[in-house]
Amino acid sequence: MSPERAPLLRVEALVKRFGGFRALDGVSFHVLPGEILGLVGPNGSGKTTCINVITGLYGPDDGAVQFEGRPTGGLASHRLVHRGINRTFQVPKPFLTLTVRENVEVAAAHGRRMGDGLDLDELLASLELDPYAAKPAAELNSVQQKMLDLARALATRPRLLCIDELAAGLNPAELERVAARLRALARSGMALLVVEHLMGFIDQVTDRVVVLNAGKEIFEGTLADAVRDARVVEVFLGAEHDG
Amino acid sequence: MTVETLRAQGLEAGYGRVQVLWGAGLALRERETVVLLGANGAGKTTLLKVLIGLIDPWGGEVRFRGEDITHRRTDRRVRSGLAYMSETGCFPGLSIEENIRIGGQFTPAAELRRRMDELFAVFPAIAKRRKALASSLSGGERKMLGIAKALAGSPRLLLMDEPSAGLSPLYVKEVIHVLARFRGEGLSLLIAEQNVRFLELADRVYTLEGGHIGFEGTVTAMHENDALRRAYFGLK
Repeated sequence: MSPERAPLLRVEALVKRFGGFRALDGVSFHVLPGEILGLVGPNGSGKTTCINVITGLYGPDDGAVQFEGRPTGGLASHRLVHRGINRTFQVPKPFLTLTVRENVEVAAAHGRRMGDGLDLDELLASLELDPYAAKPAAELNSVQQKMLDLARALATRPRLLCIDELAAGLNPAELERVAARLRALARSGMALLVVEHLMGFIDQVTDRVVVLNAGKEIFEGTLADAVRDARVVEVFLGAEHDG
Repeated sequence: MTVETLRAQGLEAGYGRVQVLWGAGLALRERETVVLLGANGAGKTTLLKVLIGLIDPWGGEVRFRGEDITHRRTDRRVRSGLAYMSETGCFPGLSIEENIRIGGQFTPAAELRRRMDELFAVFPAIAKRRKALASSLSGGERKMLGIAKALAGSPRLLLMDEPSAGLSPLYVKEVIHVLARFRGEGLSLLIAEQNVRFLELADRVYTLEGGHIGFEGTVTAMHENDALRRAYFGLK
């Protein structure tokens, strides 16, 4: 393995408990620079919890998270943002009374070193938010709020971006534009960890997938191989003939 | 001749000075399943909220089983057999069982117990933790709880806002399966959805474009319309 392809993120035997419930039960995987890794699995399998631990919302109960070779498990979210890890949320929560532009400015002001040139107009335009820049975030529809959430994360210039169900609720035309945008981010060198259920979108976007079930990884490889894996079909996809 | 389950016409509604619905209307017969398609921002959620009474329309009329309910309170609509499942779906600060009880608050106790058992059998993932707070559930599990809560009151017409968003493929199949079963018991369904699989369930389709109805027709007619298929389902 050449040095530049050393993993950007390494998750090892990660455990997260809530009371007696083990949401993560020894998960291990890695993400390479510029790679888009899909994190998929049935509802409740631990995907969002995994992102929450990686991005510092929860501390791990056991196991390790390493980013760029240094341990990050247990560091607060804002410190991880400064180190280069950020994320989007399943249910975005923008500052509703601030304008779209102000929402992104807050992220930019607190999330990265001053003075590194960020073109806010270009960022908003790339996510089709420029027509709403001066409007309060409360006036955005649910998809536009998701794009604003993405804009806020991108304004902090992450090297690892975790994306939690960005595609849910998007129509095919919107999905295609978002997929193209994520691929462009990866081409620029950013690594992405993408939690998603829509198989078409995962296929379009990811290089590789890890399938979780009950807090453990049960598959790692290409999506094409995943859909032929008996366990993956059983717990995640469901057989075609039932239902 | 049977009375129509729902008829809405000329609906106009919005938020502050922003008008979202511009004369939208639709109708559903008993046991009918209708899928409402539309880009984000077209007004699907606003239309469903007007139908359940969470938004008071500026103009137009809503009739449920022949009665004018245009300005009737939401709780009275629910008592008369309407139910609504929002995109978010449940009360996170209440337990799973309490959420379902709220959905079935107008149902006699014995019938509600039977209904709860039936719903827990459909969604074992939430049945295992029925005393736990809904906030401890994952996004997709909350969606399942939202569906169970909406069905708990044995409604005649269920309005659903994107039931599949956030559900894994296996659960999408299970949700379609359970809706088909309840439809067999007389339930009518109006479902705002982007997931092509829900067309398996649909008798008819409406498209909402810029706050008014564009296309109305059968699933077959929709499949024969290339522009619609591409626009709403990305199918070749």
